Amino acid sequence: MTCKHCGSASNGADFCCDGCAAAHAAAKEIGAIGATNIYAALARPIEEGAFQLELIVEGMHCAACVRLIENALVANDDIMSARVNMTTERLTFSWRGTPERGDALAEQVIKLGYKLHDPGDSATDDHNQNTERRLLKAIAIAGFAAANLMLLSVGLWSSTGETMGFATRDFFHWISALIALPTVAYSGQPFFQSAYAVLKERHTNMDVPISLAVILASLMSVSEAARGGEYVYFDSAVMLLFFLLIGRYLDARAKGKARESASRLLSKLAGSAAVITDGGINRIPIKELKAGMRLLVTAGENIPADGTIQKGETDIDLSLISGETMPNHAGVGAATLAGTLNLTAPIEVVVTKASEQSLLSEIVHMMETAEQGAAKYVRLADRAASLYTPVVHILSAATFVGWLLWGMPWQASLLNAVTVLIITCPCALGLAVPVVQVLASGKLLKNGILLKSGDALERIAGVDCVVFDKTGTLTVGKPALEGGSYSPDDLKIAASLAHRSQHPLSVALAQSYEGELIDLGVSEVPGRGLTTNLNGKIIKLGSRRWCGQQGGKGEQSSALELWLSVDGVPHAHFCFADALRPDAAQMMSALQAKNIDVHLLSGDRQSVASRIAEDLGIHMVAAETSPLEKCDYINRLKQEGKTVLMVGDGLNDAPALAAANVSMSPSSAVDITQNTADIVFQGEKLMPVLDTMLLAKRSNSLVRQNFALAIGYNIFAIPLAVFGFVTPMIAAAAMSGSSLVVILNAFRLRMKQV
Amino acid sequence: MDILLYLIPIAIGLGLIGLLAFLWTLKSGQYDDLDGAPHRILYDDEEDD
Repeated sequence: MTCKHCGSASNGADFCCDGCAAAHAAAKEIGAIGATNIYAALARPIEEGAFQLELIVEGMHCAACVRLIENALVANDDIMSARVNMTTERLTFSWRGTPERGDALAEQVIKLGYKLHDPGDSATDDHNQNTERRLLKAIAIAGFAAANLMLLSVGLWSSTGETMGFATRDFFHWISALIALPTVAYSGQPFFQSAYAVLKERHTNMDVPISLAVILASLMSVSEAARGGEYVYFDSAVMLLFFLLIGRYLDARAKGKARESASRLLSKLAGSAAVITDGGINRIPIKELKAGMRLLVTAGENIPADGTIQKGETDIDLSLISGETMPNHAGVGAATLAGTLNLTAPIEVVVTKASEQSLLSEIVHMMETAEQGAAKYVRLADRAASLYTPVVHILSAATFVGWLLWGMPWQASLLNAVTVLIITCPCALGLAVPVVQVLASGKLLKNGILLKSGDALERIAGVDCVVFDKTGTLTVGKPALEGGSYSPDDLKIAASLAHRSQHPLSVALAQSYEGELIDLGVSEVPGRGLTTNLNGKIIKLGSRRWCGQQGGKGEQSSALELWLSVDGVPHAHFCFADALRPDAAQMMSALQAKNIDVHLLSGDRQSVASRIAEDLGIHMVAAETSPLEKCDYINRLKQEGKTVLMVGDGLNDAPALAAANVSMSPSSAVDITQNTADIVFQGEKLMPVLDTMLLAKRSNSLVRQNFALAIGYNIFAIPLAVFGFVTPMIAAAAMSGSSLVVILNAFRLRMKQV
Repeated sequence: MDILLYLIPIAIGLGLIGLLAFLWTLKSGQYDDLDGAPHRILYDDEEDD
């Protein structure tokens, strides 16, 4: 059996994964309404009569999806190229003809069941990628030059001018210069530019002594080579660049991914909506929706704006906003929220708020504000640099002046001053943080934990207060069968019915039954339940009212129950509850044993929140909170001097996540929330939260050790340099040695189990 | 020491070949989609004829 959607093996089921099943269902819906889109406007002419489109693809799950999209597009005769980048989730395709053709082509992809978004302002992404590329190029060139210079330098070090001949020595010096000078000019640019930029602002950073050391060392060496001197420092200068560029590159990579979140976030809001006008149905961009417009929202489509339902009755999936997986039944007059998913039937909605004022946009706006407030964290490496640079400059200047006063010629004094700069240059310091970070994030990735921002580890290490969201974070976010009144036979019949349906409660019921199913002809009544005919009796499985049970609405379980009726008489009922994650209790006691405050912050009712809190032994609970209140709650904790870790999965948690010092979300969370969180963890368990905190503590202590090593090495090396004992060989050995020690120390992170 | 006149250019030249090869891979976008590439080799190319 192969997957109906992507064609990969599916072990007998219709689809290989939930994503494909959903995509297939969505494809049908979307195909039915024939959306005309607005992609043509984004098409970019690439040459005469040819255009290119770049779009974000949402809903890709497996490599088969990539294949499917590419093959579908390439099948068109006018397509020149189509390529999906799985890392960035971008589709780029080009075609010959008119820009309007882009709509038709994009539609083919939409019909396959993927959502396409305008990538919006891609300038920042491009910029990031360009920086990374330029750094890689610079590393390659510096590495090439450093290796070749070493080749020559070993020859120089292993003999003297007398044995190898002065002409040969000068020859070696000049070849070194020939290799080193272009390298310095090219690979040094990231440092020179950054140093120039801060100097213009009358500040200083680590790049200033680096640039100074590299430039002075190169100039010094040229003049030494010209006057036939004994030593040149080209190899030191280039090696310095090589090591520092590696650190810089690792750093850029760690940070790079985090920046994509904002642009993706806004792309959610892009798209079009079907507006009902006198002349029929028009599709207009969501951005241009105004209050009072009437919209048609088909089943399977996202509701594009806040409004009220005017016609129709449906189930709405609010999980984007609240993290609640149970669909909400909504009829005429009910309010709808932008971004929620219309599940079962088409509805007509009257817009009450233009899209910029919708709850979704407000949350986005709140997050931006919160993020700006949280951005003040100063990284450890930067703090070290701000202490380090003045010391280095003063020492170097003092060496120069000191030797001059001692009566040395200025060239020799300058040479000593430059060696101070080279030897103190923060190779080890520059590598101390990035190497540990990259190793730590690799280790976390193996355990299904994804670090999204470079300094998240540093920030999470100091956390003394953890705030959890309830639904989907402490709980699994999926209902599970929990009591009721039924016999084993009832369960068998109910499960046989339920396994035919995709409704969350049906899925839960079918999963809780292990045994043989009865083969029944089942029909589904949308919004109500399932019905079948068994031994001449009509059996119904569904809502309380539909199964004939009157009144007596359960206090809290009204939505989370299923009834089974035989010939219209209620026979049995099943109750469901959102189960706690398996290790939630263990996790809480572990946290409390470490003297970390634990808070529960829920949008749910007080009674539900308190019960969960009691089960887990959490004392600080806030229930029935809005997204803004959640955000305020976090800010209050921060004002009390706490370092707050927020763990949440709903869109309503997103502003709180952004406001917290550091944030985590499970991978089951909605995209926006995952993008906001600093760390995303996979799986059913909650332990990754604690694991990450422990690993962060370890890696932070390693970073500190690395700093200590780097400083210790300097205390030893600086006096040598100041008094002029450092030859190029000692400089090279010290530099590689200290870098190696720091890297090896970082690798200790790998050896211990978390 | 005349041998140096051959050896040094050869050494640098070999290094240069490696460097240029790397820069070419970088420029042709072979590092752009590191997640997708390992999956792509699992599929046969369907030559459009």
